[in-house]
Amino acid sequence: MGAEKPKADLLPGTLDMMVLKILTRGHLHGYAIAQLIQQLSDDLLRVEEGSLYPALARLELNGWIEGEWGQSASNRRARFYQLTSDGRKHLNAETARYRQVTGAVARIMGFA
Amino acid sequence: MRFGARWKRFRLRLRYWARHSERHRLLWKEMEFHIQSMADDLAASGMSEQEARAAARRKFGDMTRRSEETRATWIAQWISDAGLDLKHSFRGMRRDAGFTTFVILIAGLGIGASSTVFSVVNALLLRPLPFRDPARLVWIANQEWDTQVSQFLDLRSRNKSFSDMAGFAGIAEGGTQLTGSGEAERLTNAPVTQNFFRLLGVQPAMGRSFTAEECQGKFGSPSAVVLSYGFWQRRFASDPGVLGSKLTLNNKPVTVVGVLPASFDFASIFSPGTPVDLFVPWPLTDETNRHGNTMKAIGRLRPGATAQTAQSEFTLIAKQLDIEHPERNGVKPKLTPLQRHVNGRVSAALMVLVCAVGVVMLIVCANLSNLQLARLGTRQKEMAMRTALGAGRFRLLRQMLTECVTLSCCGAALGLILAVAGTRAIAHLNTFNIPLLASVRLDGVALGFTLLAAVLTGILFGLLPALQIRSFAVGEVLKDGSRGSTGKRHGWLRSALVVSEIAFACALLVSAGLLMRSFLRVLDVNPGFRPEGVAALRVDPSFRFSGLAQQNSYIDEVLRRIRALPGVRAAGMTEFLPLGGDRSWQVTGKGQVYPKDRHPEAYMRVVTDGYFEAAGIRLLAGRVFTERDRASSEPVVIVNETLARTLWPGQNALGQMVTQDGGRRVVGVVADVRHEALESAGGSEMYRPMRQTGDYSAMNLVVRTEIPPQQLAAGIRGALRPIDPNLPVREFQTLQALVDKAVSPRRFLVVLLAGFAGFALLLASVGTYAVISHSVNQRVQEIGIRMALGASATDVQGRVLLHTLGLALIGLALGMAVSRVLTGVLGSMLFDIRPGDPVTFIGIGALLIGVGALAGYIPARRASRIDPMAALRAS
Repeated sequence: MGAEKPKADLLPGTLDMMVLKILTRGHLHGYAIAQLIQQLSDDLLRVEEGSLYPALARLELNGWIEGEWGQSASNRRARFYQLTSDGRKHLNAETARYRQVTGAVARIMGFA
Repeated sequence: MRFGARWKRFRLRLRYWARHSERHRLLWKEMEFHIQSMADDLAASGMSEQEARAAARRKFGDMTRRSEETRATWIAQWISDAGLDLKHSFRGMRRDAGFTTFVILIAGLGIGASSTVFSVVNALLLRPLPFRDPARLVWIANQEWDTQVSQFLDLRSRNKSFSDMAGFAGIAEGGTQLTGSGEAERLTNAPVTQNFFRLLGVQPAMGRSFTAEECQGKFGSPSAVVLSYGFWQRRFASDPGVLGSKLTLNNKPVTVVGVLPASFDFASIFSPGTPVDLFVPWPLTDETNRHGNTMKAIGRLRPGATAQTAQSEFTLIAKQLDIEHPERNGVKPKLTPLQRHVNGRVSAALMVLVCAVGVVMLIVCANLSNLQLARLGTRQKEMAMRTALGAGRFRLLRQMLTECVTLSCCGAALGLILAVAGTRAIAHLNTFNIPLLASVRLDGVALGFTLLAAVLTGILFGLLPALQIRSFAVGEVLKDGSRGSTGKRHGWLRSALVVSEIAFACALLVSAGLLMRSFLRVLDVNPGFRPEGVAALRVDPSFRFSGLAQQNSYIDEVLRRIRALPGVRAAGMTEFLPLGGDRSWQVTGKGQVYPKDRHPEAYMRVVTDGYFEAAGIRLLAGRVFTERDRASSEPVVIVNETLARTLWPGQNALGQMVTQDGGRRVVGVVADVRHEALESAGGSEMYRPMRQTGDYSAMNLVVRTEIPPQQLAAGIRGALRPIDPNLPVREFQTLQALVDKAVSPRRFLVVLLAGFAGFALLLASVGTYAVISHSVNQRVQEIGIRMALGASATDVQGRVLLHTLGLALIGLALGMAVSRVLTGVLGSMLFDIRPGDPVTFIGIGALLIGVGALAGYIPARRASRIDPMAALRAS
């Protein structure tokens, strides 16, 4: 059973990678993750909110994150996600790969 | 990826799947929370609460799709879809009851036939023989015949290939008389060597096998006997008390020492068609050695040895033996693995059956495919609607396949019922001399096969229509209001299916036709005797003759009384009935010398006067035996045409002397009798008068009557009772029954194949009719226009008929070409018919054209009655 690949978004794999990166900040629920992606990218990257959930399910099934029900700030029940040690390893691997790819693209485009 | 991680992931998935409805609910809650939070934020920035909620929902996107997508990452999806498809299938089946019934019926018949044939093949070819380590057992024949005891002993002691060798001698059908308690009865025994059961790995169900001492006595008077399970059940009602008791066999007390297990059916393997009741010891002594070539031998290979290595070793040993012992009968060992020896005779015929049933299944699939395509036309809108509602192409394809597999599985349920009935019927054909037939049954393997056949059938007949889904352009179909059909697109496909059905049916019909004609030719063969109106009955007396005088007065008395009965035209006695049994002698004319391995052999028959007339064997020259050919008169002999030609080519055989049996003068020449099989010439035969010898193993009374043989039975019994009140009179046998048994394997093949061919023809004609009829329905409008423009009803009818015949002709041409190639394979099974027999080919061609014309005529008539006005108005 291979790791689930995300359906086409920005660049293949980037949504998963960003979710993992954001979760290095601690326990977060889905809405917070979406908010953070938007804020951190200066509103440049807008995740279609719905597509976050298939991504979260995929990450969880792969054992990279773990979900747990808890109370949100607004006192509602929400599902909080947390990075696992497997997830951290996967994030590092993905980051390195991503750096290589973007570096290569940048060289071709003459940015560097 | 590491195994541990994979396993963890799999477990997670499994957990998700097991509780997928709960997960689904939670996922939905999670997404609700997301939307609520978004709405809260939007409301905080000044939107009204309602607006904020709506905006949040818009922004989130399609919740159902997201949840579906999420769920798809669990395994749950596939399975819940399958459940849904299944529900759809059953709903569809209820809606379309006619179609469903037809499909289930056809698939059921096809699958039933396949499972039955598979069960037969499984029992006869695939399943190992019911012995310990059967692959190591080898059949050791002496050319095609039996081996002499001394040769067997030397072969056994000198070879290094076999850990042991065992054997059995000729089975004398009805050769043992059981008297004493209960009704007197004639039993069939098989003499076996002491180690026979041990070699095969058969343990008696009760008691024991023979001891070494029991195997030292005289062959004719055994001291111990082992019962077959069937006989023990039938005669002794499975009473365990029979063990150790004494039976009176041929007037001598014999102890029952064992009962064999039910799983050991000697007859079905070694003597198909002749059930064996008892086993007696076969002593390997000088006495049995003098019986000549009487033993059939089996060896168990040592580890490492194979039948081939053993063969070369045996050839060498046999050469040495022939040099060392010129006084013995020659031996030319021919070794075959036991399994091949047992089923070799039938395996070719079985392969034909397997191919035939495979072709039938292909026709079934083509037919169902066609139906499904036609139905798809009418269901196009349903499919288009589903596509419009978001069903993917793959999803629809899967749904179609699920439908087809469900249908064929329902068919398989029907097929199983048929197969159970079929295998039962086949297993009870115990008068057929086909080995292992009794062990035909529907077992686990056959069930697995049936399931596989059902699924494959469903996929095969569903795939073609399912792939057609691609061609739906949603908009077009939904726009086109009236016509629920796919028009010409599937036309050629359906025609191609019909053509292939006709071609397959043609190949099957031609094969069946050729075999059927061979069968008729075999029945037409002149066997050298006339079996009609001839009855036979064993009449060996219950006492032992003290000498030739007593024997001859018994013979005289029996024949006199029988000939006096009304309706009897001729009566005589013989040792072996035609097609019944055999023994052969080496013969020479006086003064002739032949090299040892070229010695003429003749089948030896011991008969009385009246036998030739009763059996209808033609006298060609000289005279037949008379009552005067007695011990006191000159020893005489009658030879058949072949022997006369062999010993005295170009000379008159009458008056010549043969050297055997103290020298005998030839007094008559009779026609050849096909004694072994109807298909093969009988070879040399020599007849000795029974009144001049005591050397025979059975007395068969043969009676030619003018009245039905069965009506004569009581009269004959009445006539014999005063001579010997203890005479067991088993059921009458007619010579016709012997002929029927001899042709039974051929009949078996022909009947099954003809059945398959008939079914194929039916399917092909139904398929043709369905396609033509459908195409007429589609072209109602076009036909209407043609008629409105002046085409006559005859024109229209002719057109449709021509179309049908065109399809039939293409199919026929293909089928004929294929058959011409395939029937070459039948070669060995054909008799007196060439594989390219023109009568068969032309006959089948005419039959198929006729059926095609009929299948086209009905829709053609309907087409010609179309009312142009109504047709045009309807559109």
